[in-house]
Amino acid sequence: MSTLVLIELNSDQVSANTRAAVTAAKLLSNKVDALILTNNSNYAKSVSSIDGIDTVKLITDDSLEHVSSEVASKLVSDVMDGYQYLVAGSSTFSKNILPRVGALLDVQPISDVCEIKSSNTFVRPLYAGNIMATVESIDPTIILTVRSTSFEHAPDGGSASIEQLTVDIPKSNSSFVEIQESKSERPELTTAERIVSGGRGLGSKENFELIEKLADKLSAAVGASRAAVDAGFISNDYQVGQTGKVVAPKVYIAVGISGAIQHLAGMKDSQVIVAINNDPDAPMCRMADLVWQVDLFEAIDDMLKH
Amino acid sequence: MKIIIPIKRVLDPFTQARIDKQTQSVDLTNSKMAMNPFCEIAVEEALKIQESGHATETIAVSIGADKTIDTLRNALAMGVDRAIFVRTETELNLQPLTLGKILSAIIKKEGADLVIMGKQAVDNDNNQTGQILSGLLDYSIGTFISKFKLSEDNNSVEVCREIDTGIETRNLKLPAIVTVDLRLNEPRYASLPNIMKARSKPLETVELSSLDIDTSPRVKVLGVEESGSKDRAAKQIYSANELFEELKQLGAM
Repeated sequence: MSTLVLIELNSDQVSANTRAAVTAAKLLSNKVDALILTNNSNYAKSVSSIDGIDTVKLITDDSLEHVSSEVASKLVSDVMDGYQYLVAGSSTFSKNILPRVGALLDVQPISDVCEIKSSNTFVRPLYAGNIMATVESIDPTIILTVRSTSFEHAPDGGSASIEQLTVDIPKSNSSFVEIQESKSERPELTTAERIVSGGRGLGSKENFELIEKLADKLSAAVGASRAAVDAGFISNDYQVGQTGKVVAPKVYIAVGISGAIQHLAGMKDSQVIVAINNDPDAPMCRMADLVWQVDLFEAIDDMLKH
Repeated sequence: MKIIIPIKRVLDPFTQARIDKQTQSVDLTNSKMAMNPFCEIAVEEALKIQESGHATETIAVSIGADKTIDTLRNALAMGVDRAIFVRTETELNLQPLTLGKILSAIIKKEGADLVIMGKQAVDNDNNQTGQILSGLLDYSIGTFISKFKLSEDNNSVEVCREIDTGIETRNLKLPAIVTVDLRLNEPRYASLPNIMKARSKPLETVELSSLDIDTSPRVKVLGVEESGSKDRAAKQIYSANELFEELKQLGAM
């Protein structure tokens, strides 16, 4: 029994998601290999040093820097021969590719696994995480994406062998045009220990910069509610919730976020939740450890001066 | 160019899901149901494309037991030309692979070059059906899109995708499937005259059993539970000083 982990690279780093996927993979089988689709073979080295990987399989081609779902799913499904499991961390990268691999292999994939109960039984969230379902796969091959907040992130310390695969890269009917990356010096949202998150209550893009200032003061990552993103205060990749990112930091400070079910779904596993809101009846206040009922600008001012 | 819009009937997203301990499933009896919010955005986008003169016909497709017709009528009332109802004897809670096979049969029959659908349904949160469908049909796929622009010759489409690291722009040759994200558009409401008109628009019923598709689930649900959230103190604080002291004591700073 062996498992293939599809590696996700963020710039030149192995993503935290991927490290969680390696930990999940080790729970499923003794032999864990990794597959990298990349334009730069140097990345194989950083993947080979993740603890727990036997062999890093490498497919290199210039076109793979911004690989399409069409091409990636074909390449992955061809490599899957002989593997019982395909695992990747839950992210827009894996969700773009793995279901299509499922179609090619005639497998029903399982999304956002939070717990592995046995070799074919898993726990996953439904209804924005309000319901947890225990599901059993009867497919001979099992395809999973796993939540990075539910599994330890595999550390470095391994020394996997690297195997370069020679394959024909299939032609794609879709092509990459450009990417607008959000660049930030702040901690990454899904792995940060502290998060300061802002909502519609901030009122404007200019005011939202106060959240960023506060985050910098606390060495925290910045998060946002859907309402704040919809209003254009900050870009989509900061959204926390059912359709955004799922986080579980040590402390989550929610500023001016009332707490729609869809938002709470993305942060309710945080260790300590702080609600800063002038409405004591807001759902966020009911689920917080600490509630500060105050005008949020007064609160931010007080915290920045502290 | 025909546009197919697969849509799903789900528990109203503002309603708290409850479970039925007996059947170990989500209790939907007497629950308020609605069109999946992402599907509304897909319908809106198809209508906008048609209004701009790029589409000849818009067709909504849904799969389920008889009440699914309500959701299709809703799409017709928003402005879709006609509907295809794939009827199941009972509520089957079909999985994405099966849904993909059913939709693929319908799309092949209709010969549609463009499929617009939600990126996920807010009940099972799988985020899979569009991608699976693209694999089965070997269509181009653009997931999580927040912008959509057809080329003048209708042969390709440029999409912006909301991904974890920012916004990616890609060009897809048709035939293609796109799965839509929240910020693509603001769905319209059906006006009263259009709701009336929808009653006389064509709605074709296809029995699922007539499609000869294996619908047995590959993933069995063994049980469900309400996840709840841990009990929290909701302790009132009154200053930044107090906040940081509390966080220190809780080991969070």
